[in-house]
Amino acid sequence: MSDHQAEIETRRTPGRLARAWDSDLAYSFRHAPVAMVSAAVVLILVLSALLAPWIAPYDPFDPGSLNLMNGFTPPGQPNAFTQETFVLGTDDQGRDVFSTILFGMRISLFVGFSAVLLAMVIGVVLGLLAGYLGGWVESVIMRVADIQLTFPAILVAMLIFGIAKGITPPAYRDQMAIWVLILAIGLSDWVQFARVVRGATLVEKSRDYVQAARLVGRRPFSIMIRHILPNVLNPVLVIATISLALAIIAEATLSFLGVGAPPTKPSLGTLIRIGQGFMFSGEWWILLFPALTLLALALSINLLGDWLRDALNPRLR
Amino acid sequence: MSDPVLSVRDLVVEIPTRRGVLRPVDGVSYDIAAGEILGVVGESGAGKSMTGNAVIGLLDRPARITSGEILLTGQPIHRLQGEALRRLRGRRMGMIFQDPLTSLNPLLTVGDQLTETILEHLDVSPAEARERAVAALDEVGIPAARQRIGSYPHEFSGGMRQRVVIALALCAEPELVIADEPTTALDVSVQAQIVALLKRLCRERGVAVMLVTHDMGVIAEAADRVAVMYAGRLAELGPVRDVVTAARHPYTAGLMASTPDASRGQRRLRQIPGAMPRLDALPVGCAFHPRCDRAEPRCRQTPGPTLSACDGRAACWFPLGQPKEVLA
Repeated sequence: MSDHQAEIETRRTPGRLARAWDSDLAYSFRHAPVAMVSAAVVLILVLSALLAPWIAPYDPFDPGSLNLMNGFTPPGQPNAFTQETFVLGTDDQGRDVFSTILFGMRISLFVGFSAVLLAMVIGVVLGLLAGYLGGWVESVIMRVADIQLTFPAILVAMLIFGIAKGITPPAYRDQMAIWVLILAIGLSDWVQFARVVRGATLVEKSRDYVQAARLVGRRPFSIMIRHILPNVLNPVLVIATISLALAIIAEATLSFLGVGAPPTKPSLGTLIRIGQGFMFSGEWWILLFPALTLLALALSINLLGDWLRDALNPRLR
Repeated sequence: MSDPVLSVRDLVVEIPTRRGVLRPVDGVSYDIAAGEILGVVGESGAGKSMTGNAVIGLLDRPARITSGEILLTGQPIHRLQGEALRRLRGRRMGMIFQDPLTSLNPLLTVGDQLTETILEHLDVSPAEARERAVAALDEVGIPAARQRIGSYPHEFSGGMRQRVVIALALCAEPELVIADEPTTALDVSVQAQIVALLKRLCRERGVAVMLVTHDMGVIAEAADRVAVMYAGRLAELGPVRDVVTAARHPYTAGLMASTPDASRGQRRLRQIPGAMPRLDALPVGCAFHPRCDRAEPRCRQTPGPTLSACDGRAACWFPLGQPKEVLA
């Protein structure tokens, strides 16, 4: 017995980082080139969005620094009047497209992350309640979810956006636009979280350890939080990743339709909307570069989500 | 003997179905005193687990208690629901499941699971709860309990996990523990250790234990008294030595005879002919009569007597070891 004890005491527990590196998930990541490339792209895009104020060559939102003479400068060529060059060219008002993309991505990512967070919190809470409590609570929550599913998400978002816009005073509309976007996309997206969490909760609820937790007198609330929630998080993580890509696209769609981020605080979608006005008049770069950025962002997040779904599924290993 | 910890009186559990009402538990009565182990044996579907679940309030709809009562130290508990029932569970009665692999949360350390349960029921500080968790693990024989408290369930072997489950059931110091087939999922060498552990904890702490199993060996080893169930009814109830050596109910006798015994040198395993009847097709008369070699016309016509109607030992019109005229 003492040998055994000594062995346990001397066994060094590796640090958190080492254990994370050694985990199955990290192993699968290191052996999935697509996931690694996607992660690199996402990382670069997110970092450059975060660091936009420091790495952007111009501040596109400072009217004082704009020179209308710089308008419509093609990418990489010096402007005919001012001789200034811009990597990705400028738009009609002489704003540097590269800088507007960096700042636009900030808004797109912020809206995307916040909306998914909102949808996740609402969906997970309602899904847990529906799955664990059952009865009329479940009926009400899931019927509301079913009804919402019969409308396209973008329609729900536009409806919420319209209502919110109607009740905010005109002076605050541009300021509130971002928050209204988050609310609209978040509320239109909670359903799939709720459905998946409810399903997973039903499975976990029938497991012996949940019965055992009930039988040692744990409160229903602490059973949900401590026992069921951690065990249903895997699918939530996957959905959150894929939802993030969808939320960024939804934001771009709304902004493209003119009901999203205002031109004074343009997101990628707003930039695309501005750009499409010049598509056939020869100034293709104003549309192309924001569109490519959106594509790269959404695609790599999606691919990352796909990999995560397979990596977290024990049956596919 | 003082007041029993658990007292079950004429318990009836019914399940309404399309084809009529089934009675998986039909008029069962027994007591368990402090520090006593009552073994409950029977074939699959005899109502052993259903009785245990009824006591701890774990009957799933549509099964429900339709009559009789369950008293915990004299206090009726069979009508409790929700918050009142939750307070009782863990604090005053605990349960040990069959499969230790699935009855612990895989994502929480055993220490967390124990500590949280203790904090839920006892008015102690988190540090004190942690100490108690260590003590509980130590008591069930986990070596180096203080080091192992941060381990996850998958880092323990099956037998060790069952010890953790027992620690979890006992950590809030309940008066009654229901162990539903606690050794069935374990291999034989570990079974004996777990049985010995249950027995020791029962004696040391004066806990009343209801040990549900189909393994006569475990019963003979651990129980003080044994209740034999057949088709939802008690067939025989008595001190384990008497029941094992001198069964009065023909079903118990058949069970004993079909326990393999190497010393008897028999070639074939003896068995009771036939199978237990389905609950929706119980025969008229005593439920055991189609398989009973002592059945008389009376057994085929009149339902078997209840235990109390006879000598309190065997629910049979013509118990073994007694002249047939006594009850006839």
